[in-house]
Amino acid sequence: MNHVEPKPLPEVKLPPLKQVGKPLRRVDALGKAVGATVYAADFTMPRMLHAKVFRSDRPHARIVQLGVSKARALTGVACVLTGEDVRGAKLTTDMPGQTGRAARAGSDAPVLALEAVRYVGEPIALVAAETVALAEEALGRIEIEYENLPAVFDPEEAMVPGAPILFEPDNVVSRYTIRKGDLEAGMAEADLVVENSFRTPFVEHAYLEPDAGVAWVDEQGVINIRVATQVVEHFRSVARALGVPENRIRVRGTMVGGGFGSKEDVTVEIFLAFLARETGRPVKLVYTREEAFLATSKRHPFTITHRTGVKRDGRITASRIEMVADSGAYPYLTPYVLLYATGMATGPYRIDNVHVDSVAAATNQTFTSAFRGFGGPQAALGYEQQMDEIAKALDMDPLEFRRANYMKTGDTTCTGQAVTSAVWSEECATRALHALGDRTPSTGTKRIGRGLASTFQSYGRITWFHDTSRAWVGVEQDGTVVVRCGVPDIGAGQSNSLCQIAAEILGVPLDRVTIYATDSAVTPLAGTSTATRQLYMSGNAVSSAASAVRTRLVRRAAEAMGVREEDVDLANSRAFVSKEPDRFIELAELAKRCAAEGIELSELAQFNAPFTDGLDPETGQGDIWPDFTFGAVAVEVAVDIETGGIELLKCAACHDVGRAINSAAVRGQIAGGTAQGLGYALMEEFALEDGRVVTPSFAEYLIPTSADYPAADVIVLESGTGIGPFGAKGIGEPALTPAAPAVANAFADALGVRIHELPLTPERVIEAVDEARGKGLL
Amino acid sequence: MEARPVTLRVNGRTHDVALAPNTTLLEALRDLGYTDVKSGCEKGDCGACAVLLDGVAVNSCLVLAWQAEGAEIVTNSGLGTIEKPHPIQEAFADTGAIQCGFCTSGMIVATKALLDGNPDPTEDEIREALSGNLCRCTGYGQIVEAVRVAAELLRRSSSSPASSLAEATSASEDGREHDHEDRVLGSGDGAEAGDDT
Repeated sequence: MNHVEPKPLPEVKLPPLKQVGKPLRRVDALGKAVGATVYAADFTMPRMLHAKVFRSDRPHARIVQLGVSKARALTGVACVLTGEDVRGAKLTTDMPGQTGRAARAGSDAPVLALEAVRYVGEPIALVAAETVALAEEALGRIEIEYENLPAVFDPEEAMVPGAPILFEPDNVVSRYTIRKGDLEAGMAEADLVVENSFRTPFVEHAYLEPDAGVAWVDEQGVINIRVATQVVEHFRSVARALGVPENRIRVRGTMVGGGFGSKEDVTVEIFLAFLARETGRPVKLVYTREEAFLATSKRHPFTITHRTGVKRDGRITASRIEMVADSGAYPYLTPYVLLYATGMATGPYRIDNVHVDSVAAATNQTFTSAFRGFGGPQAALGYEQQMDEIAKALDMDPLEFRRANYMKTGDTTCTGQAVTSAVWSEECATRALHALGDRTPSTGTKRIGRGLASTFQSYGRITWFHDTSRAWVGVEQDGTVVVRCGVPDIGAGQSNSLCQIAAEILGVPLDRVTIYATDSAVTPLAGTSTATRQLYMSGNAVSSAASAVRTRLVRRAAEAMGVREEDVDLANSRAFVSKEPDRFIELAELAKRCAAEGIELSELAQFNAPFTDGLDPETGQGDIWPDFTFGAVAVEVAVDIETGGIELLKCAACHDVGRAINSAAVRGQIAGGTAQGLGYALMEEFALEDGRVVTPSFAEYLIPTSADYPAADVIVLESGTGIGPFGAKGIGEPALTPAAPAVANAFADALGVRIHELPLTPERVIEAVDEARGKGLL
Repeated sequence: MEARPVTLRVNGRTHDVALAPNTTLLEALRDLGYTDVKSGCEKGDCGACAVLLDGVAVNSCLVLAWQAEGAEIVTNSGLGTIEKPHPIQEAFADTGAIQCGFCTSGMIVATKALLDGNPDPTEDEIREALSGNLCRCTGYGQIVEAVRVAAELLRRSSSSPASSLAEATSASEDGREHDHEDRVLGSGDGAEAGDDT
């Protein structure tokens, strides 16, 4: 993998565009730059109360007695709620109305624990008081008596008969079985069988903005919740928890200070809604950093075992994969995360004979749920480390071995789903490796290693969720454009991309477009800002709405200028004759005419993702996702065999994004996702001991700083074959997936031995150095 | 704890407030409406609450409000506005350095402090200066680029000596209460900068 010359890209003809693709200043950038953007914790209201949450300090216990009278009696305390007051209310995250599926069998987390607690940090009571200090004082006056119950902290132990059970009948939260082709025949055909197990840790999202919201009851009796969320559709979950009609809850999203999946679950919404209803006053709840670590979801730890049959020439004949995931105390989105890991278990490779058996089990630990990549990164840590181990066993170059197995368009994943868009795995891998340049020589105690990871990741939600999005686009009488779309903007440029698409189609500069977003009551519902779906889903909805308006504008302009419709174009806030740009009508003038004549200047459009049925229950065969994004990361590391430190020397990330809508934003997604992946590999572990968090803040849980890694070399490819607007694919989650396995592979390349567990801490490195010495490799 | 009177000068404006002695500068500033100062950890780990205290970038969560009495406090929103952004703010907006934006105000404050003392920093110096400000979105590459661009913009207009905080402060010291628009502190803003001297 030292000198790689990429082949030329396949020829792609992308239509020329005026706004889309350019690194324009995002519509949200300046407000954020000058500190004018208001986040959820920044709002205050008259007579507002402040809330705090009383939480479990036991991993598994029966609540014998809960006494809140002393807290209620404290002057300035307006309200204390316990599980008795919210009996039956669940913190479901199943997104009713989106999935159309019943809640999972009775094990959803209660809003407040009533009889038992199952993890440290589980909410037990809510307090609302005149000040934050009074609310904290009230927490100190709550009396609780526990009876400790036996606890379990490992998902494999949780499935052993006799283990403590969190919910009857057993701790299994979810299970999948994939049967593709003929595994036995494939294994029999193999010249060599390679087996390895890999472990991945709990990871904290570490968004900078702690969870926050303010709720109040308005003059119609509607409960309004202003909250940092990835899902304004949680208004339905709130309504269900409170037992009120869905049209009596309004979620007004704010600009989100980072989510990465954690703000996909309900966070403060239901607490606030209960407190606002109970007190009749506005209530604010802002988590501390420690609370945001303790009480919100984590990335699932996985143990993944690969047993792969391969021919001497490098062709994979069979793959048997087992996965065990830790669900923590409650399911949340675990069944879907496990499905993602399962469905992507074999990576961007064509393998005809596959068995995958995956299971997630409950433990008395912090619950796990969505985190950028949603199981895809864990799957990739399995298949990409295994690919390098097989290459090593075959004495093949890791890139050559991958080349022999990369899937092509039309090939199928392990669930038999055919990939319909471009598969540019090799294009990405060779460009990422090429960008590393010459190999740095090893010197003294510094051993140099290079690693590559080629991954794929879905974009768009599971296709049997019947996903939809809506957007409204209109032209005002001065030629400015308004977009209304319920999209939550979590910082990735969700709202900007929609504006840039509307600007392109309606022929106006980006600064002539204004977007109103993320309100469950007044902006058309656009679905969740999760699953790398907004550009694809809402981008297509905006594209459709804007195109409908454009058609009317063009028709009217053609009539006015006496030309055919197909000869009219829109740009620079004008409608003009394509071949005679001097013949034009200002868009403002055209809009005024349309308005006067009753021609509609706006459109509400809905985009429906492809709808499929679920997987075959016996074989796990069937379609899961709308499409996939392919990418690769290559890194070079220096391992210090004295200190155990790993220095990242070079890093290059290359992805086929289909079509970049804002090239600066795309680069930002890739660079930021890569950095999260590097942290995953090298430093991040949300550590628990007997269910108690030992990394409760940024002082103990370290994430990458500006001084840790050089900037990634970001390479953006555009195949134009995505199913988003203008051929775009999704990049938010795919950006994270390849970085961690690339680092793990680089480490193994440097020392000749592999650490089978992330992160690659100095302690583990030193152990590996000893192992390498024992094998005579150092 | 008993509240006591404290006078804070923030972005050229004077506030007389009564605060408990254990009130942090972060809490005091946010209560006064300076919500551009973000609370990310309240223990000095993340840098989201950074402000300039007499020109030095500090984590306002680690300073008690009364300790800031007599000092010139400048927050990110004191550097520029949407109508008239500071060159550093423009550079951040134009380079893709802003994603979720929650770390941005602290980053820009740290950048201001860096460039006031070192108008032409190397990449290593930039990375070192920002290493107390966490960002989870960008991977820092575009932020480093923003600082470089900002340094270039400021150097181009550096014929004016008015970009230091102290000088800009003395220009607006006439009176107890300033209009909110009167936020000229530390503005090294291009053509305008010369007028401040």
